[in-house]
Amino acid sequence: MPEITRDEVAHLATLARIDLSDAELDHLAPQLSVILDSVASISEVASADVPPTSHPLPLTNVFREDVVVPGLTAEQALAGAPESEQQRFSVPRILGDEQ
Amino acid sequence: MSAATSTDWTRRTAAEMADALAAGEVTSVELTQAHLDRIAEVDGDAAAGVHAFLHVDAEGALAQARASDERRAAGEPRGTLDGVPIAVKDVLATEGLPTTCGSKILEGWVPPYDATVVRRIREAGLPILGKTNMDEFAMGSSTEHSAYGPTRNPWDLDRIPGGSGGGSAAAVAAFEAPLALGTDTGGSIRQPGAVTGTVGVKPTYGGISRYGLVALANSLDQVGPVTRTVLDSALLHEVVGGHDPLDSTSVDQPLPSFVEAARQGAGKDLTGVTVGVISELRGEGWQPGVLARFDEAVERMVAAGAEVVEVSCPSFVHALAAYYLILPAEASSNLAKFDAMRYGLRVLPEGVDAPSAEEVMRATRDAGFGDEVKRRIILGTYALSSGYYDAYYGQAQKVRTLISRDFEAAFGQVDVLLSPTAPTTAFRLGEKLDDPLAMYLNDLATIPANLAGVPGLSVPCGLAEEDGLPVGLQVLAPALADDRLYRVGAAVEALLTEEWGGALLDRAPELKGAAQ
Amino acid sequence: MSAQTVDLLSFEETLEKYDPALGLEVHVELSTLTKMFCGCPTEFGAEPNTQVCPTCLGLPGAMPVVNRKAVEGAIRIGLALNCQIADWCRFARKNYFYPDMPKNFQTSQYDEPIAFEGWMDVALEGEDGEPETFRVVIERAHMEEDTGKTLHVGGATGRIHGADYSLVDYNRAGIPLIEIVTKPIRGAGERAPEVAKAYVAQLRELIVALGVSDARMDQGSIRADVNLSLAPRGSNVLGTRTETKNVNSLRSVERAVRYEMRRHAAVLSSGGSILQETRHWHEDTGITTSGREKSDAEDYRYFPEPDLVPVAPSREWVEELRGTLPENPTQKRARLQAEWGFSDLEMRDTVGAGALLLIERTVAAGTAPQAARKWWLGEMARRANETGTEIDALGVTPEQVAAVQALVDAGTLNDKLARQVFDGLLAGEGTPDEIVAARGLAIVSDEGALSAAVDHAIAANPDVADKIRDGKVAAAGALIGAVMKEMRGQADAARVRELILEKLA
Ligand SMILES: [Mg+2]
Ligand SMILES: [Zn+2]
Repeated sequence: MPEITRDEVAHLATLARIDLSDAELDHLAPQLSVILDSVASISEVASADVPPTSHPLPLTNVFREDVVVPGLTAEQALAGAPESEQQRFSVPRILGDEQ
Repeated sequence: MSAATSTDWTRRTAAEMADALAAGEVTSVELTQAHLDRIAEVDGDAAAGVHAFLHVDAEGALAQARASDERRAAGEPRGTLDGVPIAVKDVLATEGLPTTCGSKILEGWVPPYDATVVRRIREAGLPILGKTNMDEFAMGSSTEHSAYGPTRNPWDLDRIPGGSGGGSAAAVAAFEAPLALGTDTGGSIRQPGAVTGTVGVKPTYGGISRYGLVALANSLDQVGPVTRTVLDSALLHEVVGGHDPLDSTSVDQPLPSFVEAARQGAGKDLTGVTVGVISELRGEGWQPGVLARFDEAVERMVAAGAEVVEVSCPSFVHALAAYYLILPAEASSNLAKFDAMRYGLRVLPEGVDAPSAEEVMRATRDAGFGDEVKRRIILGTYALSSGYYDAYYGQAQKVRTLISRDFEAAFGQVDVLLSPTAPTTAFRLGEKLDDPLAMYLNDLATIPANLAGVPGLSVPCGLAEEDGLPVGLQVLAPALADDRLYRVGAAVEALLTEEWGGALLDRAPELKGAAQ
Repeated sequence: MSAQTVDLLSFEETLEKYDPALGLEVHVELSTLTKMFCGCPTEFGAEPNTQVCPTCLGLPGAMPVVNRKAVEGAIRIGLALNCQIADWCRFARKNYFYPDMPKNFQTSQYDEPIAFEGWMDVALEGEDGEPETFRVVIERAHMEEDTGKTLHVGGATGRIHGADYSLVDYNRAGIPLIEIVTKPIRGAGERAPEVAKAYVAQLRELIVALGVSDARMDQGSIRADVNLSLAPRGSNVLGTRTETKNVNSLRSVERAVRYEMRRHAAVLSSGGSILQETRHWHEDTGITTSGREKSDAEDYRYFPEPDLVPVAPSREWVEELRGTLPENPTQKRARLQAEWGFSDLEMRDTVGAGALLLIERTVAAGTAPQAARKWWLGEMARRANETGTEIDALGVTPEQVAAVQALVDAGTLNDKLARQVFDGLLAGEGTPDEIVAARGLAIVSDEGALSAAVDHAIAANPDVADKIRDGKVAAAGALIGAVMKEMRGQADAARVRELILEKLA
């Protein structure tokens, strides 16, 4: 049975940028273990020669032409912003480097 | 008194409303006002009433209705449904109308653009009554996971209306709207349809544009109609369906006429139609009253000329597991954009001086997402992690192939497949809230269609003996053969309505005063 | 940010002890009219957040659609780099959170790039001065999208570190990028810095010739990341690598490689170990500083982008695009060298200075090859060096150089006056003709004025005049100088000399 530990859940929460409280971690870890247990059987279902399906319909080569289409005004773009300044989205200080 | 002669316009079907508009017997403003009045009477809020709506736009709807009446007066209606009001699930972007997806994290967000389907209903002249309640980001089968409180089932206000599109189904079942748009990722149109006694259709993947649908699981999501009759679904499907260059996964080929297929089905003749009953979608864990009504409906179909065979789809037993890996994986990535930087909620962490962007993201996502959403984001993050990807996500995609093969084999033998839409009738509010697995089992019968991209429809097939609550029959067809759903669905509907001596919803309790 | 100074090993000692392994990741911003996945314009320098839409802002519900022209650009770059073109490939989501990225995932390609397994022969100077090539093997070229631009506010430096908050403009978000990744380049030894620079220069030349990007390093439309590791000399074991980000000039590519080689060597030879991290290049000080720690296990949770369908270029389409490729750069260089009559050394300097295409355009505009070369490698290279830019980013076009040279050829200007015309061009004073007129730069051919100036010079320098009268013709230089001074340089020196000798004969 694939047990998922409290520490693993905490790590995943960090990756997913969710600040889980201790109580939430206590609550979530066993629930996730139960869910994972119920889906674990999947690893034995399909043999190696079965191709994966990522799209239900086999479409390919759907393109748009390189033609400008009117978008949003800066005012519309910024209308939902929690904060803005100088026609830009204002965000709290960034600690990490760019990728 | 039959519905067609009732003076209460909300009791009519959308097709009847359209005819009355065309005949000049009623105006769109009258129709729209009648529905707004009904909403005021029964919808209430999180504390009492059906609570199908998160946002009602009375002013906007009436303005659109007036414009529709002017077009009619000028002899220029835009189509059959011009003037017939509609409700829209809150997961579809509506320019100028709040769109929350049932989540606190999007509280107050007003999109600067319309989803393609919303643009199409506006262009076709349908006044938008408002936005309907849903499980947060469409994660759930009961609408209890809405951050704004649950919707109640019009058949019994202590019970769930299904989910995630419980709001759209309940609005239609409670005669608050004749038509609604829903979305279906694993059954979110069909299962609410089944438990509220309404009709719901999940079209072929790619049949209706997803542009402007806030994605839950992109490879599974489809927009579809929620109505009280099969013909109404066909009418709405024709308005919103068809190719959209803004959705790369949209199918670019002409649609068969769904309305024609529904009218043909209403003739109650199923001669020459072979239907397959899926053996894996019945048995242990299925409510006896659900199976009994389903079996009776199948007998009626045989009497109407259909040939019935039993069909095995052995991979369907793995569908739920595959679904609960693919869905959280895609969802965990889709929901990353809700990070407090560009729109929506921004929560500053407590006791932190000058918090960083990352700290604000984490605090906001903790405060803004509900339990079920967090559960699925964590699960999806896990399933995509290096080291687990092949065993979980990769394997789930293979199971998808097996399920498609089962469908292919089955449709080599039969024209359509049948099953009950959901294993049980509507359960009580709160009953399964702390048991995610039990909740997930509701979608057992609906999920395979999403995994394979084939279309499905749920049509009411009676009330279960043990609780007197609606039961749904699911019809599944091959990809792009949505017209078969309408033909068979309309036949089932006509056969059973004849037997019942009226629509099933006529037997639902009167809700007058429910809002108090 | 601590700009700590690090002890470096000398380059010679570095090479005695270690072999470098280079890896170059170059991002090219395509010059399509619209973005990778939406119809927003890509023009540089627009007002903030005016070139955005629901898709590139990552608004809930919006969806991407692939720009055909960008796919063509990717395929053409792939073909020009001798790559194979995938029969079938997909976009994937690279998941990580960062405020400049609207969806918090980058739509990129992962294990299915559109182009893979190619190479480029880089031209270098051989030991004996003969031209020589070095083959750089290309691992892949894939399609992805750019991020927004961030302005850091507050703090001492205006840089990210120490800022109070940041302001984001998403105009750049979603602009198509082609990321070109080399296989580890080994065996370059002491020439590693030179190979790195020559590779980027030649790649840039190729991109410009393809017409898929303006490839302006100064505007960030081509950006190079330099991966470097050292192995003990003679060993096959690759050391820990560092990735120096966004090195934004050709000269800096060379300097950054050299710097990192010497820094790695200093750390390793003193018994330390290299941290796997990104490094920041500082153009002003010529050093790198520590950035983000980077582990191989970084979990981007890649998976196929479910909102897009696979790209499966037909072989006909690929061959059609192959037919649009410009002349192979190596052949083209050989052809131009023959046409222009340049020596090997002259040609190599031309390529090394990134002036090949500039000279080609200048010649096309009517200038003699040697004159074109003289301007670009002399005057323009000097000015670029002084201002720390590339010569094609100076703001002087080949057509303008040709117009100035035409004025020299016509006798209107001499070289000294021509330089003043370039000053005027850079100051935005108009066309060369307008500048000559406005600044009054044309050579004075009025014999009367010239004759008077010669008379003044003779009168002012009687000793010199006597010497010339005595046959010491070489002394004329002093008088010519005096005349030119009076004429503010606007005289034909040869004519002045003639006049002096006539008058003192
Ligand atoms: Mg990249
Ligand atoms: Zn855009």
